[in-house]
Amino acid sequence: MSNASTKAKSGFPNPLQWLGGATLAMLGEMGRLSIFTAKTMGASFSPRWYPSQIIRQMIAIGFYSLPVVGLSAIFIGAALALNIYSGGSRFGAEQFVPNIVVLGITRELGVTITGLMLAGRVSAGIAAEIGAMRVTEQIDALKTLSANPFRYLYAPRFLAGILTLPILVLIADVIGVMGGWAVSTLGLGFDSTTYLRNTIDFLTWQDVTVGLIKAVVFGGVIAILGCYHGDKSTAGATGVGRAATFAMVGAAVLILAFNYLISTVLVDFGS
Amino acid sequence: MSTKPLLELKDVHKSFGPKQVLKGVDIDVAPGKSLVVLGGSGSGKSVMLKNALGLMTPNQGKILFDGEDVTHDQGKTREAMRARIGMLFQSAALFDSLTVWENIAFRLLNADGMKRKEAKERAIETLKQVRLGSDVADLTPAEISGGMQKRVGLARAIASRPELIFFDEPTTGLDPITADAINDLIVEQTKALGAAAISITHDMASARKIADEIAMLFEGKIIWRGPASMIDDSGNAHVDQFVHGRADGPIQPAL
Repeated sequence: MSNASTKAKSGFPNPLQWLGGATLAMLGEMGRLSIFTAKTMGASFSPRWYPSQIIRQMIAIGFYSLPVVGLSAIFIGAALALNIYSGGSRFGAEQFVPNIVVLGITRELGVTITGLMLAGRVSAGIAAEIGAMRVTEQIDALKTLSANPFRYLYAPRFLAGILTLPILVLIADVIGVMGGWAVSTLGLGFDSTTYLRNTIDFLTWQDVTVGLIKAVVFGGVIAILGCYHGDKSTAGATGVGRAATFAMVGAAVLILAFNYLISTVLVDFGS
Repeated sequence: MSTKPLLELKDVHKSFGPKQVLKGVDIDVAPGKSLVVLGGSGSGKSVMLKNALGLMTPNQGKILFDGEDVTHDQGKTREAMRARIGMLFQSAALFDSLTVWENIAFRLLNADGMKRKEAKERAIETLKQVRLGSDVADLTPAEISGGMQKRVGLARAIASRPELIFFDEPTTGLDPITADAINDLIVEQTKALGAAAISITHDMASARKIADEIAMLFEGKIIWRGPASMIDDSGNAHVDQFVHGRADGPIQPAL
């Protein structure tokens, strides 16, 4: 009996058929994304480069994200300090607030929150911009003008992503720690000098490096997902909107997945 | 002038899944000649143009540029071809993030390595050729009208002095007066360059004005081709129906 007749007879799709179709679609999508990533990375690390495009994207991705990253970091740092103080007071460990805030911010929260905020602001923005270029034939126009979209559009965004995210994460780390310091000294009775000394004494270069390694990967994920979904955007406002949504959701999920994977690998290596 | 075709499409087929759009298209254009391909909505005109430009790859058939087979080549031969062609897109397809002059000089700046000052001068000179002043050079595409965008698109297509220019529905979306001005510019500029031109359109006024030869694409095949002067006496029922814009006839309206 054919699949179509199975569906027609029961009124519902055959579960095995549905599962098989979904698995094949997912594998196909992973394959296309992998090829797109390889092409983008190939274009990023071989000449010819477009320096003006890279600088333009670094400003768009990095500089214009500063307000959202700074605000997110300060509130996360402040909330983290409050929660650690509250939880730690149950077993007399309030004095560890500066240590845990700096550890949590540099290794985990600074980079993850920055990544997630940029998945929304940057990845969706890139997808919408590239998608609009796709549906208005601007990408075809690029090709007819002897410009390779991977070199002119995608590589600058990828390079800007992997170069600017570590800088944003460093800024988020500092602001996040200062958020914890502000709450602790203004509301929880910590001495400012002692808080900062504890923070600096406890921080190791490995803690910062872990965040920066993740930042490079997250920067690449954010740019690639935006470019990929924009590039395969279909015509019309719905297609561009869908591309932006897929880029944002895909980047957010991949950031969380890579965060766990990188943490696992680095912890195994003793970092 | 050489009568050897500059561009040839031989038996080009293109399908999307089960849908066959091109079913064996044969066209060619010689240097300095203007060929207009007519066809209704969904007849495959844009797909034919994208295959010719290398933006799509045919499933079957050959595309020859200046005698070289560029059908499957995305490398140096195709790049060499693109350096010798210009294209005016239906929507103009100007880059939003660049100014008007940067759009016009895009190839000069990015592929030919021309200095910005020199490229801007060339862009302003080309703007004058399409009857636009230097005051629009520093505007962005969003700041100019649809008719001006078409002129800028034409300026971009001719700025690198191509040997072959493609025009995709050059007058679509324009009022009749602006459309006629664009047609005049197309004729004037292609003649000034001595370039070959392939245009696709369903605008008969445009076809009559810019064509040396007209071909009719129907259901993925060229069903008629002849001199532009013969279009009213083609002896082909499909062409007659299209030329006179009648709903009744062998071509079913795309409803």
